[in-house]
Formats: sequence, C-alpha cells, structure tokens
Amino acid sequence: MTSEKANAAAYWKANVRLITWCLIVWALVSYGFAILLRPMLAGIPVGGADLGFWFAQQGSIITFVGVIFFYAWKMNKLDKQFGVEE
Amino acid sequence: MSQFVINMLFVGASFALYFGIAVWARAGSTKEFYVAGGGVHPVTNGMATAADWMSAASFISMAGLLAAGGYANSTFLMGWTGGYVLLAMLLAPYLRKFGKFTVPDFIGDRFYSNGARLAAVVCLIIICVTYVIGQMAGAGVAFSRFLEVSNSTGIWIAAGVVFFYAVFGGMKGITYTQVAQYVVLIIAYTIPAVFISLQLTGNPIPMFGMFGDHVESGIPLLQKLNEVVRELGFTDYTADVSNKLNMVLFTLSLMIGTAGLPHVIIRFFTVPKVADARWSAGWTLIFISLLYLTAPAVGSMARLNLVNTIYPEGPAAQAMTYEERPEWIKTWETTGLIKWEDKNSDGRVQMYNDAAPAFTPAAEARGWKGNELTVNNDILVLANPEIANLPGWVIGLIAAGAIAAALSTAAGLLLAISSAVSHDLIKNMINPKISEKGEMLAARISMGVAILLATYLGLNPPGFAAQVVALAFGIAAATLFPALMMGIFSKRVNNKGAIAGMLVGLVFTVVYIFLYLGWFFIPGTATFANTPDNWLFGISPLSIGTVGALINFAVAYAVSLSTEAPPQEIQDLVESVRTPKGAGGALSH
Repeated sequence: MTSEKANAAAYWKANVRLITWCLIVWALVSYGFAILLRPMLAGIPVGGADLGFWFAQQGSIITFVGVIFFYAWKMNKLDKQFGVEE
Repeated sequence: MSQFVINMLFVGASFALYFGIAVWARAGSTKEFYVAGGGVHPVTNGMATAADWMSAASFISMAGLLAAGGYANSTFLMGWTGGYVLLAMLLAPYLRKFGKFTVPDFIGDRFYSNGARLAAVVCLIIICVTYVIGQMAGAGVAFSRFLEVSNSTGIWIAAGVVFFYAVFGGMKGITYTQVAQYVVLIIAYTIPAVFISLQLTGNPIPMFGMFGDHVESGIPLLQKLNEVVRELGFTDYTADVSNKLNMVLFTLSLMIGTAGLPHVIIRFFTVPKVADARWSAGWTLIFISLLYLTAPAVGSMARLNLVNTIYPEGPAAQAMTYEERPEWIKTWETTGLIKWEDKNSDGRVQMYNDAAPAFTPAAEARGWKGNELTVNNDILVLANPEIANLPGWVIGLIAAGAIAAALSTAAGLLLAISSAVSHDLIKNMINPKISEKGEMLAARISMGVAILLATYLGLNPPGFAAQVVALAFGIAAATLFPALMMGIFSKRVNNKGAIAGMLVGLVFTVVYIFLYLGWFFIPGTATFANTPDNWLFGISPLSIGTVGALINFAVAYAVSLSTEAPPQEIQDLVESVRTPKGAGGALSH
C-alpha cells in the first residue's frame, strides 16, 4: 500500500515537472517572442515582417499544437513507466 | 441559377445532413444525452470540439478584427488557441478521470459542498447565456443576408433547427452534427482564402502567401500592405503596441477563460480514456488552427484588396467614383454595414484615417473633408468571395459555413446549460430520487426553455454584444478555471476556500467591468470613461479576468490555510483523479 502511494506521488511529481517545462515553452513563444521580446527580435526578417510578428500570428499557434502532442506522448510513456495506465 | 437559389441549395443541403444525423444519433439514456455514451473517438471529439469552440465570432468577426487591428489584435489568435495548452495539461485528463457529467459535478463533489455546486451552476449559466446570445444574433445576420428573410425569421429558423437535433440527440446528436458542421465551416473558410492568396501572391496556401511576395508589385505582401495603409494615415499592419502589460493580460485572460469555458470542458468527458482526453485536446487545436492560421492571411489580404478597390491607381492617386463602385459594395450597402457619405461633394469615395492629427494636413491638401466610407469589420469574411470575384457556389458555401459555426456553438452551450439545470440543480440538489427517465425529460425541457430564452435575447439583443463576450471570458477565467485547477492540484484547498475564492473573483471581475462599461451594461451608467488613462495600472476591462483569477487563487489559499484541511475521503478523491488507472469504472455510477 505504502509503495503504491509512493509510486503515485512520484508519478504526480514527474507530471508536474513535465507541465512546468511545457508551460515555459508555451509562455516563451507567446508572451516572450510574440509580445515582450518582440523589439529584441525585430532584426530578424520573416517575409515582409519580423520574427516576433510571425510568432504572434502563426508561430505561437503551431508551437501550442506541438506542446500538447509532446505532453500527450510523454505522459503516455510515464503512465506505462509507473504502471498507472488504463 | 440565381445566387439566392444557390444559397438555398447549400444551406438546405447542410440542414438535411444535420437532421439526418440527429435521427440516426438519438440519445436513449442520460449517459448518451450528457456525454454521448462516453465512447467518442479522440479525433472525432477533436473535430466536434473545434466546431463547438469556433463560434460566429471566430468565423465571421476574427479576420475583420485582424484586418482592422493588425498585430495588436494577435491577442485573439494567441488567446483563443493557447487556452487549449492549459486545458490539455491542467484540466481535461483529470476531469475525464473523475468521470461524471458536468463541471459543477466536480466542483460540488471535490469541495464537498452544495454551496460550491450552486456557485458553479450560477457562473456556468451566466457564461453560457451571454455567449449564446451572440450565436443567435450571428445566425440571424447570416440568414438575413443570404436567404433574404428578415433577421427575426432567421433567428426563429436557427432556433428550430437547433431545437430539433439538440433536444432529441443530446450530446450524442450534437457531437456528430458538430463533426459535419466542422467540415462545412472549414471548407467554407479556406476555399475563398486559397483563391485570394493565389490571386495576390501566387501561393495556394494562405498562411505562406501572407509572408510571401505580392505578385503585382514584387515586394513582400505585408510590406506592401504597410505602405498603402500608411499613405492613408493608418497605423502599419505590423506596428508594435506600447501597452505591453495590457496586451499580456488580455491574452492571458482569453487563454484562462477559454480553458474555463464549461461547454468546451464537457466535450472531454465524452472520450473513452484519460489518455484520449490528452490526445483529443491536441486534435482539437489542430482543427482549430486550420482556421486560425488562415484568419490573419484573410484579414491582411482583404484589407489590401479593399484599399486597392477604393484606390485603383494606388492611394497616392484619385479614389474611385461612387458611380463605378463594384457590385458587392451595392449589395452590402442595402444591409447598412457599408456606408458612404460624400463629405467633400466630389462624387469620389475617400477612405482614410481622419482620427490621426498627423495626417490631417495631408488630407486637407488633397481636398478631403473626413473619411467617407465606413465598412463594418464583420462583413469581411462574408463579402470575401464577392470582393475577389469568386463564383456563386463559393458564396453559397460561405452562407452554409457561417450558419454552421453559429449553430454548432449554440448547441454546445445549450447542452451545458441544460445539463447544469437537470443534473446539478434538479438531480443533485432538489430531487436526488428522480428516475433516469425523469432526468432525461428534465434535461430536454430545460434545453427547450434555454433555446426560447436564447431566441428571445437574440431577437432583443441587449445592444452590448462585444461587452458581454468580455464578461463571459472574464467570469470563466476568474471563477471556474481557478476552482477546477485548485481542486486537482491542491489537496489543501477546502470548501470554504473554494467558495470564498469563486465569489471574490466573480464580484471583483464583474464590478471592474461594470465600472467602465456601465452597470449591468445600461448605457450611460459607467462610473469612469472607458479610456486607457482611466484604467487601473493601464489594465482594460477586457483584460481583468487574469487579475480576477489571481485574486481567486490568493483568497482560496488564504481562507483554506486558516481553516481545517479537507476530510480524508476528499484527499483520496484528489489522489484518484491524478492517476489514469481505473477511469473506465468511474463513469457508471
């Protein structure tokens, strides 16, 4: 019983760590590249605009899709690793 | 064949499809009515969720917002997609594991309190009712423009169609209808965009064409667009904004609000497994991004096309005369959404930014006496095929697509309302002994009442459509999202903390919005003028949901830590929602 509890706690800790990393990427592309860091990226041209603009209207959305699929894939591996999958 | 007949054929065929699905997918049990039996494939659910989420606002208004606001309105693009990242990682899998039917179900059980359940029901109904008004109104506009009926007849037709498939089919009927509606709306949205992108840039993929070269001038499309709008005194399409704090908070409010919208959350209760809920969020965002990645291309290209139409020789030369205006301007003039006023009586249509003082001398030098053409943002997508001279069937497709976008979202919202009333209010609080049959009947009756209410509000819109959307997102962000997240990620937050957090978050957000937009949105009752220098720390009422959410978190933790810990069985419940194992059994209760 106790080992099962410890296993569940370790699984949850791994999940929270993964979520934290994913949220860092999520915030970096949207709040970072697309908004706050846009002036710093102004020198990188992307088809008539700059990299920050591209992230605001295209790049962040594409990254969001990538982040969700990465999370789903990684969590499925964690589920199996900790033996908690359905 | 006349355009009217073509539109009738397209809209009629799409309705026949929805009715067919409704008859095929009739709900026989509450489980089918609330969560489509819990056996929806994650990709199918992703498609249905995308249609559920993409409303009349996404389909009709967003490209227009981008065309008018350029970079500054990227907030909508990022805000309405980034919320799915939060949903996929912070809410959907655990709520699926919890395995019940509604959002108040979880809040009531996790915080072991009917007070918390009731607070959640109230927030849910406010959010969904305000949201559904816009859908009915949007369907009314689409009907009246394309099917030549009055606005109110259009709203009644829309209500009748939704009534038929939502009341009989429940979540099961809605799910499969939404899949069909997604297909209709995405084809309708992308086909004109592909043609326009080909015409302007030679690239058939709009999201690449937007960053490609403009065929006529040989320079990048966005650079060309910046040049022509600058010559008319407007801000560059790609211009940066100065109030970054507000831009960040607005985007965050839209993201948190999206993740907290009940009609989106309940869609993730319909998939078979916890892992499916995670995949399904990814598929949802893929289907949404097909439209959202295209929208900025539609917006920027339509803006360039519009300027080119008004100034055929370029903005430095004479504007076109009113007599030679194209057919689509005449059509839309009859709806009042395009207006022309010859202020300097030269018979020409000058369109420029008369609100920019720096541009006034240039305008005066050209003999202009004010902007003469006002174009409602909402017509951009609907008029797009006509602006680009596309064939009649594309216009029919747009009509069917706009109506599909409005109906699919309305159905999802109505289901969320009816399940909150029949399941949370009647079954869980008023009459727990109600039979399965009785609950189904209650669900269908409350759905019917909700449709009548939505129709009434659609016919008599309170006249603040844009503001109520801010209210819906603000409340979702400040109440439901924090309560759900703390319920999963903290074992320490108890009933008192959760209720206090939701109430303080709700009151703070609503009061801040009312201070600037008018108490209960009654015109003239605003305490402060809604201008940036009046806003607290430069935060607009649209962006306040983020602050409301932070206050909710802070209050909930403070109250919980100063009162007793939740009982052991609640802490066990939190542990159980955190691991996927055993989800299958939880659903049949």
